[in-house]
Amino acid sequence: MTIQPNPTGKITVVALVENKPGVLNRIASLFRRRAFNVDSLTVGRTHRPHVSRMTIVVDSERANPHKVAANLSKLINVIDVQILTNMPHISRDLALIKVRTDDADSRNNLTEICDLYPARIVDIGPEVAIVEMIGTEAYVAEFIERVRPLGIVEMVRTGVVAMGRGTRIYDTEYEPPVFTKNGAAKHTNVI
Amino acid sequence: MKLKGAEIILECLIREGVEVMFGYPGGAILPTYDAMTKYTDKLHHVLVRHEQGASHMADGYARATGKVGVCIATSGPGATNLITGLATAMMDSSPVVAITGQVTVPAIGSDAFQETDVTGATLPVTKHNYLVTEVEELAYIIKEAFHIARTGRPGPVLIDVPKDVQNAITEFIYPEDDIHLPGYRPPEGADDDEIEEMLDLLKNAERPVILAGHGVTMSGANAELQELAERAQIPITLTLLGKGAIPEDHPMVVGWMGMHGDAACNHAIQEADLLIALGMRFDDRVTGNIKTYSPNSKKIHIDIDPSELNKNILVDVPVAGDLKTVLRQVLPKMQDVSHPEWLNRIRDWQEDADERDILKHDTSGKLLTAQVINDLWKYTDGNAITVSDVGQHQMIEAQYYPHQRPSTMLTSGGLGTMGFGFPASIGAKFGKPEEEVWAIVGDGGFQMTLCELATARQENINVNIAIINNAFLGMVRQWQELFYDRRYQSTPMLSPDFCKLAEAYGIPSMRVTDRSQVQESVEFARSIDGPVLIEYVVEKEEMVYPMVPAGADLHDMKRRPKTGEEA
Ligand SMILES: Cc1ncc(C[n+]2csc(CCOP(=O)(O)OP(=O)(O)O)c2C)c(N)n1
Repeated sequence: MTIQPNPTGKITVVALVENKPGVLNRIASLFRRRAFNVDSLTVGRTHRPHVSRMTIVVDSERANPHKVAANLSKLINVIDVQILTNMPHISRDLALIKVRTDDADSRNNLTEICDLYPARIVDIGPEVAIVEMIGTEAYVAEFIERVRPLGIVEMVRTGVVAMGRGTRIYDTEYEPPVFTKNGAAKHTNVI
Repeated sequence: MKLKGAEIILECLIREGVEVMFGYPGGAILPTYDAMTKYTDKLHHVLVRHEQGASHMADGYARATGKVGVCIATSGPGATNLITGLATAMMDSSPVVAITGQVTVPAIGSDAFQETDVTGATLPVTKHNYLVTEVEELAYIIKEAFHIARTGRPGPVLIDVPKDVQNAITEFIYPEDDIHLPGYRPPEGADDDEIEEMLDLLKNAERPVILAGHGVTMSGANAELQELAERAQIPITLTLLGKGAIPEDHPMVVGWMGMHGDAACNHAIQEADLLIALGMRFDDRVTGNIKTYSPNSKKIHIDIDPSELNKNILVDVPVAGDLKTVLRQVLPKMQDVSHPEWLNRIRDWQEDADERDILKHDTSGKLLTAQVINDLWKYTDGNAITVSDVGQHQMIEAQYYPHQRPSTMLTSGGLGTMGFGFPASIGAKFGKPEEEVWAIVGDGGFQMTLCELATARQENINVNIAIINNAFLGMVRQWQELFYDRRYQSTPMLSPDFCKLAEAYGIPSMRVTDRSQVQESVEFARSIDGPVLIEYVVEKEEMVYPMVPAGADLHDMKRRPKTGEEA
């Protein structure tokens, strides 16, 4: 991977989705169907129990932000879509990197590199160490290139999570209907 | 009231206004079939002969009426047989609700007998789908499903109901209050800026063209379309599914566009300085090469589906909204204008096309598809609902059977599904029993779903089946003639004796081999209350012209020579 200080050609989209089985499948199916190339896709909980939040980074070769958002919005279980690409936002990727550290030199080198980045060694043994690095996608990529010469033996990245900056709150009041055993749906919250 | 899930399904269908459903029973849907015995006075079930037929019938019903069509099938093979019909409905935005049985909830995921992941398999061919796991959710889901199927950009919705959910008992309370789908908000009107931009383009255009699609009729914007065209003197070109959006003999209608459309339309689109695209989606069959498509025009595109805007063709004013609402916003503010020179130019193209009309050529002694269709049009007073299949006859139907009313020209446009025509005509007739319905099908496509002859007989449904028999898979043969040096691989077709076949099903029939018999065949069909089959034995190697070869520039049409200029 080459160092990309400012990754262009990527679209970052956030989707609030109903926390239901099959929703991830619908989104994956949509992206495959429309031949959108997904760079990373993360799903996580929000402060609302029935709402999950996805951060999706798409290659812009066959897609543009409007296209991605318009198609995602067509899915019934997608409550809302926000395009972050041209908005000030914070984005974070996390990498766990297992590096060979079987001599004093490499251990020292690793410590020195980690001091220059928001990275820390989270596990160390006689043969290998695990480093955790958090930052923007590009920053993590840069760090990886720094440690690569030491010998990476295993690595995983979470993919990007992102959030717009400032007071433009991106949230939904969504609550699913409640099905009572002796009646039809009761809405606890109507939007 | 305590009811079984199966009864809840039927109670909900009745409340949605459903009167007829098309289906086929099997193990996993049996509780629902058993429950039907209690509702026979309100719900009629049509037993099809293949579930594909059920899905096309539901689709045909929906297209003819604008109401939701319902089909029903068992799990596994029953459900997978629906898929072609769902994909067909999806492509043409037809509101269909499919109900399928599923193995019991505890058995799901165990590869149980007749288990298929139907919600997974139909994901790409439905607008939305559901797997119901709690009987308490059933009524709510059915209500949602109908709402989703018929609103916004309509489309098929599938509900997969495990057998134990059909058997479970719960208190039935119909969810009367509105639907709450926070993630489902079809757009409504245009905003002020968009309206201003549209008005500005309309005022300044010299060579405007309207492209009217299926969305015109779906949003009920037929009168608004007509007003727009008349007051701003804008010629109308129709998509295949747009036919009927406005009477085709209206002076502003030029014809229909695209691969086999009217040359005058394609020329007008290419030369235009403003395209006003209404409820259509710039499918490759209407654009030809998108790089050279209408190169000098500004473009307005109004569609209810935002994902259609700027998808195939980049436009200047994309408007996501309900067409009728948006046109009603625009029309009161629009100035009346005229473009006589532009209309004259279009008339010249039309006159040129007239001279190439095959009906003006000397074709004595032959029976041509165009003659059959033209005469069907004539003797049915141009007033029938026609349901075509896919191929040459479909294109010739579009060329020679002009339609005056919305929802009277039904065909599988987006998916081009052979086998659609005949079952869809049965569905259409159930939806519009007072109308004369003609299925116009090829010898190839008819054989894909002809098992529904038995359904038509059993229901005594009054559809007229016109088989255009050219002993070839005609449209494929045409491509082989033009692009594969006449190597007719797998297109000559041996067919059964269609009249004997009809006889075996107990259906009256007639074979037409000469043009003089066409009128009689229509009279014969009209004289019979029930299904009739007419076989028209036409020329084997006809060509459909004009033709824009796939991927060619839209103005680059292969044409039939003018009369007297034949090679
Ligand atoms: C289910 C399906 N299979 C294949 C095709 C490809 N196809 C398009 S037109 C055509 C020939 C149709 O022949 P026929 O029904 O005899 O009608 P004709 O063109 O002769 O009028 C074929 C095979 C299709 N559209 N649909």
